[in-house]
Amino acid sequence: MDVLGLFNYWVVVILMMAGLYILIARYNLIKKMIGLSLFQTSIFYLYITIGTVDGGTAPILVDDPSVVYSNPLPHVLILTAIVVGVATTAVGLALSVRIYEAYNTIEEDEIRAANAEEQDI
Amino acid sequence: MMDQLPALQVMLPMVAAPLIVIIRHPFWSWLIATLISVCACWVSWLMLQQVVDGSIIRYAIGGWEAPTGIEFYVDRANAGVALLVSGLSSVVLVYAYHSIKRTVDTSKHYLFYAGWLLCLTGLIGMVITGDAFNVFVFLEISSLSTYMLIAFGSDRQALVASFRYLVMGSVGASFILIGIGFLYAATGTLNMVDLAARIPDTESPRAVLVAFSFLTVGLMIKAAVFPLHGWLLNAYHHAPIAVTAFLAGTATKVSLYILVRMFFSIFGDEYSFGYLLLNWVLLPSAIAAFVTMSLVAIYQTDLRRMLAYSSVAQIGYILAGISLATQQGLTAAVVHMFNHGMVKATLFMAVGCVLYRAGHAHIPSLERMMSRMPFTTTAFILSGLGLIGVPLTVGFVSKFTLINALMEKGWWPAVVMILASSVMATAYIGRVVYLMLFREARESSASGEGYQEVPLLMLVPMYALLALGLYFGLFGSQTLGIASGAAESLLGGYQ
Amino acid sequence: MKIYARQRHRVLQVITRLLVPFVLIFGLYVQFHGDYGPGGGFQAGVIFASAFILYGLIFGLQRTRRVLPPSVLRWLMSLGVLIYAGTGVLTMLLGGNLLDYDVLAHDPLHGQHWGIFAVELGVGVTVTAVMVSLFYGFASKR
Repeated sequence: MDVLGLFNYWVVVILMMAGLYILIARYNLIKKMIGLSLFQTSIFYLYITIGTVDGGTAPILVDDPSVVYSNPLPHVLILTAIVVGVATTAVGLALSVRIYEAYNTIEEDEIRAANAEEQDI
Repeated sequence: MMDQLPALQVMLPMVAAPLIVIIRHPFWSWLIATLISVCACWVSWLMLQQVVDGSIIRYAIGGWEAPTGIEFYVDRANAGVALLVSGLSSVVLVYAYHSIKRTVDTSKHYLFYAGWLLCLTGLIGMVITGDAFNVFVFLEISSLSTYMLIAFGSDRQALVASFRYLVMGSVGASFILIGIGFLYAATGTLNMVDLAARIPDTESPRAVLVAFSFLTVGLMIKAAVFPLHGWLLNAYHHAPIAVTAFLAGTATKVSLYILVRMFFSIFGDEYSFGYLLLNWVLLPSAIAAFVTMSLVAIYQTDLRRMLAYSSVAQIGYILAGISLATQQGLTAAVVHMFNHGMVKATLFMAVGCVLYRAGHAHIPSLERMMSRMPFTTTAFILSGLGLIGVPLTVGFVSKFTLINALMEKGWWPAVVMILASSVMATAYIGRVVYLMLFREARESSASGEGYQEVPLLMLVPMYALLALGLYFGLFGSQTLGIASGAAESLLGGYQ
Repeated sequence: MKIYARQRHRVLQVITRLLVPFVLIFGLYVQFHGDYGPGGGFQAGVIFASAFILYGLIFGLQRTRRVLPPSVLRWLMSLGVLIYAGTGVLTMLLGGNLLDYDVLAHDPLHGQHWGIFAVELGVGVTVTAVMVSLFYGFASKR
């Protein structure tokens, strides 16, 4: 199997795992959002890779019928997914700001400790 | 106008949401949201009438026919789920007025109701769309507005619960996105009917397998299936109680419906259950859900948290029905989706009434609730009986069907487990009912003696839903008929 | 020279004043060229918003808010969605399916043109408003 020919997919896998790792292993809420963004970006990259056609050019219609185009559909899908990703990041960051205002920290373990204290009282 | 119903269903709440943001008036935004929700409910009722005989509505958006364009695909199964979603939304919105006025700042009411309508748009869209990528888009519309709605909760822990749900939910949605991407790579189509036709003779079965696993895990996160239910407990506990009542009845059910649609219609039960032996994953997870979660629910001290655990357990029942992959099992799953949606919404509404007067839902301090708030307590007890599955209630109808289906397949251990978890459900509901009815109030809690009954606008929707539940309990054959039709449509795949 | 509040950023301020109109025009180009060439509402909205964000970064939030008050943004945000949804409702009222642009004009080709124009306009307006209000929201916190 041609390992280097799958270069794009290796990048996708590495980005995805890095994102998931940050998401799981970091307690800082902002870092969690960074991990989530990384994870989502890797998926965008996967879609773009799926959409390429060997020797294809950007899918803008020209008069020459011999031109090969890349598949534009994944690009459109990913445009939607990017918007969704931006919205998710914005909501997550806004929540982090509110959490910081309420708890004075964005470290998850400190928040958990504060919550546990609250429940004991 | 009759052939425009599927589009109306989605467009009504979608147009109303920005209108509410423009009007920006607390009362009017509530009124608009409620009226629109009732209209959506009526539309889905009309739609169900059209398809109940087994016919199918295929609505091409923009006039682009199916494999090229995006379509709405409505049959018996998803018309029913759409009716459940919009119906529960209407009832809970009527109820929400007082409870939200108490907990949410008046200047933010318009945002709350706009978010609610967007959530409704997303849920209905997810149900009736016939395009795989559209499922993801609508899923994100509903999820993002859900995060917002949960963050409206009165204490600061709601923010943390919302953030945790955002992380889990986004990972789940991303998994679904990956799955759809692999499906598209393997088949070159996104239309669900077309997918179902092309998957059997795809050139890359491994990509289909990967897509299947990603979609399953992603949807299981969104549906809070047992080992992936972590987000649900805090979210249900800390969200405004009206939001909890709405979500408990609809959000997880919609994800479960998509899961079923995927297993049976897109991939086909031959693939999911014959080749991949998925029942050996689903059934243990289902049994673990309803045994352990019912057990944990007994030891909870907060009423909302107890019901949240019970929700995970009930999802286990639905999953057990799905894992049978038979007509009867699927009927049980569909019927339980409806019945549990109604019962759990009623229970959470009753808890909301307690919260409205008492300000907390701490179980040990619920003594003698019957003499303080008789109507609320009666509603709680009656729907609690439905949750346990006492004969003549809705819970009995669905549990009886489920046990029958399991026995038909000869899965005796699962039947025993269901009975055991019913006993546990009796324990956790019974404990609360005992406190409410019989325990003498301690001297120290005498200060709460002055609770009155909640406003009529909260009682009426709660009793309407309760009456509907009781009706379907007594005349279970009606829902069973529709559900078995829905199961037939699901098992039959796409025509 | 009273308008330059902080003298030490003179270069940035002058360059920004020069750049903002061009960014806005480029945004409009991407918006209105979007139905035949690369471009469209999403990209145009972000480019358009970036002009305001640049202005806000250099001249401060106060002055940007005077140019584009948050209350106007809330209007624009809803208006964009309403333009989009309104196009859909209009096509339904004219007897087509949802977002079937053919019915918008006598000639289906013109109808398609008008339809995609309106929809992209709605998207552009909403994206601009949302992006700028996100900037306001986060920038106004300490």
